[in-house]
Amino acid sequence: MAATVHTWSPRLQRNRLQRALGASSTGLHQVLRRRSTVAFLMCLPLILIIASLVVYPALYSIYLSMLNKAQTRFIGLGNFRFLLSRDVFWMVVQQSAIFALTAVFFKALIGLITAHLINNLPSKGQRKWRGMLLVPWVIPLALSSLSWWWLFDPTHSAFNYILASFGHDEIAWLSNPYWARFSVILVNVWYGAPFFLIMYLAALKSVPEQLYEAAAIDGANSWQKFRHITLPMMRNIIAITVLFSLIVTFANFDIVQIMTAGGPRNMTHVFATYAFLLGIRSGDLPLGAATSLFMFPILAVAAIFILRGVRKRGREIG
Amino acid sequence: MSTAAVVARDAGAGLGLKGSLSRNRRWALIASYFFLVLFAIFFLIPPYYMIVTAFKSDAEVAHMATNPWIIADGITLDQFKLLLTQSDFLIFFKNTAIVTICVVSITMVVSVLAAFSLGRMRFWGSSILATGIFLTYLVPDTLLFIPLFQIVKAVGLLNSYWGMVLVYPTLTVPFCTWIMIGYFQSIPKELDEAALIDGAGHMQMLTKIFIPVAMPGIIAAMIFAFTVSWAAFVYPMAFLYSADQQVLTVGTVTSLIRADVYKWGMLMAGALLAAAPPLVIYAFLMDYYIAGLTSGATKG
Repeated sequence: MAATVHTWSPRLQRNRLQRALGASSTGLHQVLRRRSTVAFLMCLPLILIIASLVVYPALYSIYLSMLNKAQTRFIGLGNFRFLLSRDVFWMVVQQSAIFALTAVFFKALIGLITAHLINNLPSKGQRKWRGMLLVPWVIPLALSSLSWWWLFDPTHSAFNYILASFGHDEIAWLSNPYWARFSVILVNVWYGAPFFLIMYLAALKSVPEQLYEAAAIDGANSWQKFRHITLPMMRNIIAITVLFSLIVTFANFDIVQIMTAGGPRNMTHVFATYAFLLGIRSGDLPLGAATSLFMFPILAVAAIFILRGVRKRGREIG
Repeated sequence: MSTAAVVARDAGAGLGLKGSLSRNRRWALIASYFFLVLFAIFFLIPPYYMIVTAFKSDAEVAHMATNPWIIADGITLDQFKLLLTQSDFLIFFKNTAIVTICVVSITMVVSVLAAFSLGRMRFWGSSILATGIFLTYLVPDTLLFIPLFQIVKAVGLLNSYWGMVLVYPTLTVPFCTWIMIGYFQSIPKELDEAALIDGAGHMQMLTKIFIPVAMPGIIAAMIFAFTVSWAAFVYPMAFLYSADQQVLTVGTVTSLIRADVYKWGMLMAGALLAAAPPLVIYAFLMDYYIAGLTSGATKG
């Protein structure tokens, strides 16, 4: 981002210089005008897509959320008021928060651990391990969720087979509400941890080796090196990754929809699946729109911080 | 565990005696491999189980006494035969292929043009636009699917896979543009100045210089667009409901289940075949794949 801004400034100055020289000002102006017109035209398809399929729907969603179910009458904040008065909605808020925070924490932790483990190997073996551990990220989430569902199947669960062979009781993975909450979080951690792994591994490689050597001479132990070199060097990328993952996890739909569809007793619903249930399944689009709009403030805050982080990082890299 | 990793990483850094150092290092390495194997098992359970189930016979899948983790009664291709002859799987596959090809083409044209313009030329408001693109990338599909339902319906593309061609670019274009801006900016200024002196137009500059030079970035962006549109789930789930228009992800998950009978062997065979194209691309183009993934935060 910052790089974008920076690289333009010399050209800007040159343009100003040329304009100031003024000798061939009319011809030059035409060229300049044509150049910026061409640039704008090249961006036009992108602008049209974003304006008509992102910005417009987002604004339309606000209007839609203020209509009644048949979309015939304007009811102001009625849908929001209705949602806030429902116990199920508050459970959705709670579960979305638990789901996102727990999953992101464990994804970040596992990502950090596995990145260190791989970075630790002799360099020719790293590629193979990295390739293997990234597989969860590559399989379309809907299909791996299906596979997890089958692993958790009430009568045939392959996990219960293992538990039974150790003499342990069977676990009702998806029909006990608390185990169901655990299961959907587990699947999300499984899916998202490789993303953290890749980001952290790339960041670890960019920490200059000399810093560790200098620290070793000063007698720093491994924890001190991690605490005072690795973490500060990676802080920004960790922040960006965590915030980004927070958005994606908070808005996740596939896992819960496929494995539990919000059940048992609505206890695994997150915002996205609850909005789907109300808006598409029950046909109350305005109420569904209102539900998903509740995600907006949280996502917006995360997005602002990400943008700041990316800009800062852009400046650091130069 | 992370401490073990750190110990291992720095074991060779020059403290202590040489003998104990190499011994430390060996132990750290063994510990690393041990934990990596554990993580690899955790990460590979679902795909492994997918494969195992897909090659079992129905009788073995239903039989509860045998070990579900291995194929005891011999490998069979029955599930795949059933899937390809008795179900709508091939229709889903065809629909997904059409949608993906269209979306990748649209995405690449739109984002390469925009990235060239934003990364190399400028116009009034272009830096705000670049920021806006990044923010758009952060808008999740689950925030927009309800208003988009109305829009797709108004355009008359509800329950048509062409509706997916319309809405998927919102998932792919922002990120692809973002990483292409980074790649185009990394190309030395001298190159386009030389081209300008030689009298090349903007389009010529783009097609003759920028696209060939930024090819790794273009491949990374293409892979991203491909995987996103192949795996998309929310939009088809909300906008498509008849089998002849359905795409692979939703089709495999919903339509293959008939009358509450879960034919898990066939389902897993379907999931395996549906996941195969992204996995194959990943296997051959892993470095581009990872470059695309990491450049979102490290470039630009």
